[in-house]
Amino acid sequence: MIAILDYGSGNLRSAERAFALTGQEVIVTSDPELCLSADGLVVPGVGAYSACMEQLRSIAGEEIIAARLSMKRKIFGICVGMQIFFDGGTEKNGSSGLGIWPGEVSPIAAPILPHIGWNTVTAATDSILFNGVADQSFYFVHSFAAKSQVPQAINTFCEYGEPFLAAVEAEYVVATQFHPEKSGDAGAQLIKNWVNTL
Amino acid sequence: MTLAKRIIPCLDVAGGRVVKGVNFVNLVDAGDPVELAKRYGEEGADELTFLDISASVEERKTTIEIVRQTAEQVFIPLTVGGGIRSTDDVNNLLRNGADKVSINTAAIARPELINEIADRFGNQVLVLSVDARRGRTPSGFEVTTHGGRQGTEIDALAWVEAAITRGVGEILLNSMDADGTRAGYDIEMIAAVRAISSVPIIASGGAGAMNDFALALNAGADALLAASVFHFGVHKIGEVKRYLAAEGYPVRQ
Repeated sequence: MIAILDYGSGNLRSAERAFALTGQEVIVTSDPELCLSADGLVVPGVGAYSACMEQLRSIAGEEIIAARLSMKRKIFGICVGMQIFFDGGTEKNGSSGLGIWPGEVSPIAAPILPHIGWNTVTAATDSILFNGVADQSFYFVHSFAAKSQVPQAINTFCEYGEPFLAAVEAEYVVATQFHPEKSGDAGAQLIKNWVNTL
Repeated sequence: MTLAKRIIPCLDVAGGRVVKGVNFVNLVDAGDPVELAKRYGEEGADELTFLDISASVEERKTTIEIVRQTAEQVFIPLTVGGGIRSTDDVNNLLRNGADKVSINTAAIARPELINEIADRFGNQVLVLSVDARRGRTPSGFEVTTHGGRQGTEIDALAWVEAAITRGVGEILLNSMDADGTRAGYDIEMIAAVRAISSVPIIASGGAGAMNDFALALNAGADALLAASVFHFGVHKIGEVKRYLAAEGYPVRQ
């Protein structure tokens, strides 16, 4: 079973449907028990960094994520759901993140923002997520990003004005800056690649 | 890596059906919205836009059910506009499968709505739909409402700048003069808005010949929206993309 963390952020219906395409049972929930017992936990996220962190805290989401990590259970963060895994974000007045990965999330240096639309990535050669879809395009919609490599993880970069992290694959935590649930067949394959690791 | 120029079919919905007319009048039936959305998704659309075009006129709420059904079957971004007047309307649409919303009349009546939506959901969910025509405002482009039937005497460029400052994430620039004519996008208007816009521009209104799409990109559009040429089979999305790729524009194929 896959749990999609419902903390009032993100288009949960699309995520639910896209992960269900793998044949797995998918539940949208903020129930700590379900979130801990699920084979995989998906952390979506749209909007402002600080607002996402506030909403996450309001459902004790920090504790849920920390507990899963200590149990070595897998987590998949999407968009701002990826960004909050870092130390913090500079959006608005700045906000601290979960600090699972080092580095901060800052504005992309590009003349036209948000970065909206389909872009390709430089998939890391040892990536599992991008297996079979390394040359495909994925749907991005964001103005902020993490830009430095996460140590002891597989880092995949995109470029829009400057290079930034499109995906990170650590042992138990993976995340994408783009929306796999909105990236058509390529996104569906990437989701399947993750579900196969559970 | 280059961000692809997006091709976005627009489904103007009224009474649960896709409709299309010329200059927003003489509407004819163009099919079932969910079926059409699925077909466009399969044909390579980069996004889909639903506009409930009867919303402002007949005070009808946006067709949530169509959005919900489409989002269950089509895994590309959906933008929904028409009849959005509050953050609760936005929340309802996002909860039912919309990824972005577009606002128009309600933002003209009460510009603070832009700030309210952007503050709660982020500017990336918010598309400002601007129905503009040639007019006697300082820039020569005037904002209209009610599907182009009413002038506002608001200058289109000043409105776009103000809306970006308030927090819109994209501009859907619809030429009321060109809408449905298939005589080409309003290239001068696209270039004028590009010069003052720091957010992506979706060009709309007037797509006809293949070359029209290239001209709009050349004028600075980031995405191209079209309705009648796709609904009535004048062009397939794949054909437009192959044409643009051959002309050297980045597209997703």
